[in-house]
Amino acid sequence: MKKIFSRPESLTAKRNIYCSGCGHGIVHRLIAEVIDELGIREKTIGVAPVGCAVFAYDYWNFDVTEAAHGRPPAVATGIKRVLPDRVVFTYQGDGDLAAIGTAETVHAANRGENITIIFVNNGVYGMTGGQMAPTTLIAQKTTTTPLGRDPKIAGYPIKISEALGQLEGSVYIERVTVNSPKNTIKAKRAIKKAFQNQIQNKGFSLVEVLSMCPIAWGVNPVEALKWIEQKMIPVFPLGVIKDKDLTAKGNL
Amino acid sequence: MGKIIINIEQCKGCKLCVIFCPKQLIKLSEKLNPAGYHPAEFIDNGQCNSCGLCYQMCPDVAIEVWKGEKR
Repeated sequence: MKKIFSRPESLTAKRNIYCSGCGHGIVHRLIAEVIDELGIREKTIGVAPVGCAVFAYDYWNFDVTEAAHGRPPAVATGIKRVLPDRVVFTYQGDGDLAAIGTAETVHAANRGENITIIFVNNGVYGMTGGQMAPTTLIAQKTTTTPLGRDPKIAGYPIKISEALGQLEGSVYIERVTVNSPKNTIKAKRAIKKAFQNQIQNKGFSLVEVLSMCPIAWGVNPVEALKWIEQKMIPVFPLGVIKDKDLTAKGNL
Repeated sequence: MGKIIINIEQCKGCKLCVIFCPKQLIKLSEKLNPAGYHPAEFIDNGQCNSCGLCYQMCPDVAIEVWKGEKR
């Protein structure tokens, strides 16, 4: 018998603290597999966010540093400029990237920093107890919008990927999800491209991953997969939002 | 013919592997693991074809997939 799928070398054996059915574990694995496949484990530096993934440095078997809430793109900018031969990526949630760190994210993209950002969007602040995030859907119930998000007082779900796509500095932006094996394999392909872009010095790449948060959504892990399909994807459509490679060829 | 090995200490019983197994070879155990979840259990009846869909969806990377040699 031959082992064909097992824990990648870039993941430690530590049991993660995520809730049952959380999408973070899948995204961690995809990143670890991509790093193994590209053979860059010894020269990769990750920047962990504040949020549920705050302990990501315990799960990845390569160098990972921690940044203040929302500031991973700024920290990654510093690391990449001092050590340009390393592969530097940030791993951020929607509270971290689209709320507290909006300024850092927008300006890192606008400067066209040669870094990779993996943006995990689950539409809530998970770690603090399921409060409303800027990405929360209209009418979605959270602990701070118990009657559902009302756009009159709380605005609309922010499509940060589309917004960053408008900036001249960004090179590659794609939105994917991990709610089925097929979508998970597609997500891995996007993450791999985002890392390859950095290795080829192309510039700022961001992959937004729509991810499950069954606890904060008040559903079970299996229903959470359908929740993404039925509620999140209509608001946050999947696909390539910007790819300068394709634009150059006239395909996008 | 293949098989999977489930790390029952890491499994959190989310059932994502159960619903995606095309041959329904995974169920939740009656027993509890140290963290208090009913972990997934493999039904080894020789039908597993090592497709790896369970591995793709496991948020805890608790599944190892093995493939048998061709006869």
